[in-house]
Amino acid sequence: MKSAVILFPGTNRENDAIAALEQASGVKPQLVWHGETDLPKVDMIMVPGGFSYGDYLRCGAMGANSPIMREVAKAANAGVTVFGVCNGFQILTETGLLPGALMHNASLKFICKRTQLKVESNATNFTSAYETGQVITVPVAHNEGNYFADTDTLDRLEGEGRVAFRYCDEDGVVSDATCLNGSQRNIAGILNEKGNVLGMMPHPENAIDPLHGGVEGSPLFTSIVNSLS
Amino acid sequence: MTDYNAKFNAIEVTDELIAEHGITKEEHGIMLDIMGRTPNYTELGIFSVMWSEHCSYKSSRFWLKQLPTEGEQVIQGPGENAGVVDIGDGQAAVFKIESHNHPSFIEPYQGAATGVGGIMRDVFTMGARPIANMNALRFGSPEHPKTRHLLSGVVSGIGGYGNCMGVPTVGGETNFHKAYDTNILVNAMTVGLADSDKIFYSKASGIGNPVVYVGSKTGRDGIHGATMASAEFDDDSDAKRPTVQVGDPFTEKLLLEACLELMSTDAIVSIQDMGAAGLTSSSVEMADKGEVGIELHLDQVPMREEGMTPYELMLSESQERMLMVLKPGREDEARAIFEKWELDFAVVGKVTDTRELTMMWEGQQVGSIPVPPLVDASPMYERPWEETPQQDIIAASDVKAVDSLTELLKTIMGSPNMASRRWIWEQYDHLVMGNTIQAPGCDAAVVRLPETKKGIAISVDCTPRYCLADPKQGGKQAVAESWRNLTASGAKPLAITNNMNFGNPERPRIMGQFVGAVKGMSEAAIKFNYPVVSGNVSLYNETNGIGILPTPVIGGVGVIDDVSKAVSIDLKAEGEDLILIGETKGWLGNSVYLDTVEGREEGAPPPVYLDQELANGDFLRGLIDDGLVTASHDLSDGGLACAAADMAISGKMGAKLVQPASSDVPAHAYFFGEDQARYLISTKNAAVIIEKAQESGIPAEIIGKTGGSDLKLGEGDAISLAELREAFEGWMPEYMAVEL
Repeated sequence: MKSAVILFPGTNRENDAIAALEQASGVKPQLVWHGETDLPKVDMIMVPGGFSYGDYLRCGAMGANSPIMREVAKAANAGVTVFGVCNGFQILTETGLLPGALMHNASLKFICKRTQLKVESNATNFTSAYETGQVITVPVAHNEGNYFADTDTLDRLEGEGRVAFRYCDEDGVVSDATCLNGSQRNIAGILNEKGNVLGMMPHPENAIDPLHGGVEGSPLFTSIVNSLS
Repeated sequence: MTDYNAKFNAIEVTDELIAEHGITKEEHGIMLDIMGRTPNYTELGIFSVMWSEHCSYKSSRFWLKQLPTEGEQVIQGPGENAGVVDIGDGQAAVFKIESHNHPSFIEPYQGAATGVGGIMRDVFTMGARPIANMNALRFGSPEHPKTRHLLSGVVSGIGGYGNCMGVPTVGGETNFHKAYDTNILVNAMTVGLADSDKIFYSKASGIGNPVVYVGSKTGRDGIHGATMASAEFDDDSDAKRPTVQVGDPFTEKLLLEACLELMSTDAIVSIQDMGAAGLTSSSVEMADKGEVGIELHLDQVPMREEGMTPYELMLSESQERMLMVLKPGREDEARAIFEKWELDFAVVGKVTDTRELTMMWEGQQVGSIPVPPLVDASPMYERPWEETPQQDIIAASDVKAVDSLTELLKTIMGSPNMASRRWIWEQYDHLVMGNTIQAPGCDAAVVRLPETKKGIAISVDCTPRYCLADPKQGGKQAVAESWRNLTASGAKPLAITNNMNFGNPERPRIMGQFVGAVKGMSEAAIKFNYPVVSGNVSLYNETNGIGILPTPVIGGVGVIDDVSKAVSIDLKAEGEDLILIGETKGWLGNSVYLDTVEGREEGAPPPVYLDQELANGDFLRGLIDDGLVTASHDLSDGGLACAAADMAISGKMGAKLVQPASSDVPAHAYFFGEDQARYLISTKNAAVIIEKAQESGIPAEIIGKTGGSDLKLGEGDAISLAELREAFEGWMPEYMAVEL
């Protein structure tokens, strides 16, 4: 799998993303600067976490308008796999590649902790190496991860099987009490209609190493590689 | 043609104005001798900040010289932006701790944020990429009306800056005491990683070389910040808010990347960040170290506001700025990098052979000061000091015993000073960079070095109540606890950075605390070959004449060759043996127990026996290296019982501890005494460990077993882990949930 990682000036989880992609695919991803107007020919594009342009206006709002994101949108529409994590998810919603928006956490505080996610279905390009209903532990680290969309959109996402992950407890129970940031219907990650774009707030790239938070994020990257081979 | 000298120095320098600038009569005389005339307004501003306590260390320098600063591991000791220590394999750890106490009290979010920004800049100025942040915080009593607001603001400020920079905040310590009600402490530490042959220094050289300004534009913020940080507070402290700087972590992230990119070339001669006293101290330091002069064309400085004067430009503490000397002809290459990162870049001057700091405006001189006397003739005070009177030793038998040790344990674990800090560290991104092996809540943070098996262990420590009772023992204890915390994780301690937070040094009693702490720290640091490589002094932490507890914070750094061998505090499995290493005499003087049960903050603190510390710690490190230890925790506040509670709660695993029949210490003192040089470990190999201990003459006894869902202290006294956890995890969220 050939992959690219998009770099904004304030991106700060690029090395974590690179490590995860390299571990799964055996190939180092190419780095693409935000000011570029050409994407290299790749099978998969990752938009990593961080603070793209400082996030002073609205998280991801300026990132979505950078030259490279126009190319990423074209590639996504042409069927290339696109994966946005954290700030990357925020940018994908701002570009319109994914519906909804990420608001301030309900607590109004930054949250960094390991959390449990329920894999809603393994019938996607991003989750095939998990079991449906599996509970995985991965960290979150965000200030604006509170997913919001109108009721119709939420119903459609659920109806079309496009909710990829939900916040749950260790037993897989999804409830208000397990929704750490106030997200509607405990949504932690969603897919686009075609199923080739995933955005999620938690960081599977920080759960690929037994010494650093476990390895339950690795199957996500393996799934991507498998879907493309 | 405008006469800029007349325009910018129109304010007459009178004796009153000089005094208002915090310059004493004696200093006034020295200043006139140096200049051979009355300085103009711009020059006066420079003397004022350079000779402030914050920049000149005038009260502390004499004593700081006593600290050990050398060792085979030391590449750079105090005097540069940060200390540099060899960690092997051609790599170096670059680190420093620094206070931002005064600004954080006035404006907690920005004060703390810019403290973090400043210390990270100190580290990457040396050519190191920051890989971990730590902090040591002290707040007033939880009941004080400002405490919630300050805690909340400081924590979001630290998180706001560090999270955006993408540098994990991996640990720290937070305490509450009424002595900090109106003088909180915010000490921030950064550890960076560099190749040991690619360290950058501040020494300017090469007559004619360009002096370049990069980073943010200069505004009017923070003017006289260094002077503010060198004075006591009074009731009007809030009026000082305009002297607090405002941080922009995004710009600092850009500055970090741009500097590291330029540093990968060989274009830089020297580099210095603009911290306290901004352009003044950076240019003076570069010129002084290089024994050269610097000519600054101040009209070329990128400015945020119209109409700024040389005085303001020289004194501004706007953040995220750097000054560097480039090799001749490399300006365009450097400019391209900074433009790529959308940062300001301006050639603002040149290196000269005059040894003067000369300030120009549109080609006209507006001020000039000889650098050597500005630096060397700054006053150094050997302030009068009083030895702190020794307190009585309190015998354990004279301290009230409680009916239930576990009931007391629950009270202590749920008390403001012992309860979980999860509410704090979950607001810090402690996982970014993917190398955090031991996270907050452990004795030491352990951070892996990218693409290696190696790791750096970091801890920050101080027990101020011990320092108040006996500054020398307290200083020794702070160093020993830091060394122990690193050791308990399996790391080899290498060197320290210190943050000396004290009250007004002009009071002999306070100066005596400072002197005592330095003496104690020196003794311990020499014994452990654990030298001080960088540090910071924050004095005048007083309001209306009432000072803080003496708080000499120690930031320790160690190295561990294989992070998979690092040991954390959480109990791992049922049926393991618990071994107590070190001797337990049941020291209750100035203990958490004494304060909790009798409300007494008094008595001689536990003595620190350095031979025992060294022997016990080296012994434990060997056990960890041999893979014989599954969990390990140093014993400090609250003694054995609290250490066992930490291990049980974080491991979600019960345990039973029994006092050996051979011990004649009263039970309450056995479990809660704060004797030093001790560790509690869990192991599957108890027999081997006990045998090794006997061979080496190390006190070590099996005192318990892991398992179950209760923590038991002796026979018949048990508490469920769930109850203990609720008390431990509950306090801070409940406290902070109250509306401000």
